[in-house]
Amino acid sequence: MDWPTTIATTVAALLTLAVFSFLYKDNPFYKFAEHLMVGVSAGYWVIILWYTVVIPKMWQPLEAGKWYYIIPIILGILMWARLNRKWQWVSRYPLAFYIGVSTGVAIPLEMKAKVIEQLNGSVDLVTTMYATQASGMTVVNNILILIGIIAALIYFFFSKAHTGATGSIAKFGIGVLMVGFGASFGFTVMARISLLIERLQFLLFEWLKWG
Amino acid sequence: MKRQLPLIIIFVCGIFMVFQYFIPHENSEFIYEFAALDWPPIIGVFALTLGIISLVRVSATKISKRDEDWQYSIVTLLGLAAMIIAGLPWFGGQTSPAVKWQFDFIMRPIIATIFSLLSFFIASAAYRAFRARSVLASILLISAVIVMIRFMPLGPFTDIVSRTADWVLNVPNLAAKRAIIIGVGLGIISTALKVVLGVERSYLGRD
Repeated sequence: MDWPTTIATTVAALLTLAVFSFLYKDNPFYKFAEHLMVGVSAGYWVIILWYTVVIPKMWQPLEAGKWYYIIPIILGILMWARLNRKWQWVSRYPLAFYIGVSTGVAIPLEMKAKVIEQLNGSVDLVTTMYATQASGMTVVNNILILIGIIAALIYFFFSKAHTGATGSIAKFGIGVLMVGFGASFGFTVMARISLLIERLQFLLFEWLKWG
Repeated sequence: MKRQLPLIIIFVCGIFMVFQYFIPHENSEFIYEFAALDWPPIIGVFALTLGIISLVRVSATKISKRDEDWQYSIVTLLGLAAMIIAGLPWFGGQTSPAVKWQFDFIMRPIIATIFSLLSFFIASAAYRAFRARSVLASILLISAVIVMIRFMPLGPFTDIVSRTADWVLNVPNLAAKRAIIIGVGLGIISTALKVVLGVERSYLGRD
């Protein structure tokens, strides 16, 4: 390994060890890595947004004569009013535009992607079952999925007290949700362990050259 | 003026963007392209500069007042300056070797290690969450364990564990995830409506 690569790998390894040192307790090495991370990440976002927003979405349209792109720039400059206590209320205008547009766009899109399409997929489970003459196990599974979705949704429905039949269905719904949470937890653990293994492999095989 | 005008702007922009979605006309798509795709990120860039100014101001104040751990603020400022300088057009911009070096040998190791640290803390969280004190906690425990041991070689049990895990993921887990997505979607829509109609105003702050 050449010297520049050795130095770079050593820097990465020392930073890795500095973060791992937090397992003992909060200490100067961890604080160093943590603060370095904050600075470098902020700088990285500056670079990314400069080359993906400022140049293509601000500079180039203005150069091309699209004068109306001056409006978001003025709105953006109004955001800086936040720095002055007396004038910080002015920053509400760009914020209002941002929130208004974002929520306006979100309402139909979320309705389509998260509600209609998901309901469509759930109903499709039953309708395609007849069309494709699915096997016994598939039929059982599809019905179970549909019942699970309805039960879990009833658990989320708080306009009616969870007593009697509603309560029983909601209880089954919690069980279904617990399976989902358990699966998510399992996946999270596996992802974190994979990262840990990768970091240990880096320290042992890439940095220390063991094995 | 201070509170009413922002509420009017939100209402007009919000309602306009909702209706715009249902108007299949090229002018409508044109407005969507600049008002929804281009303008919000531009305002976001100015908001980011606010964040950077705030970071520099807090760090500089800490250093000048010699507050507790002020030395680390120097590290933050040096990291920030090093990355921004490395990304200047004269050094090659966002694809410059210096940016790549800092990303590969500073950012990536620290981020990956911080996330891998969670595997230690998740163990204690798991102990608390998974103590099989009730039927629901037991279901959570069984589901998580099945997912975790899915790819493990378990001799004669490998096949049955793998099949059980697939069933858990494809049937009850699918139902749960779908119900959660529908619930989240309805939640987002109701919150968005509350914002557009001026019922939810916490984002305006006080005054």
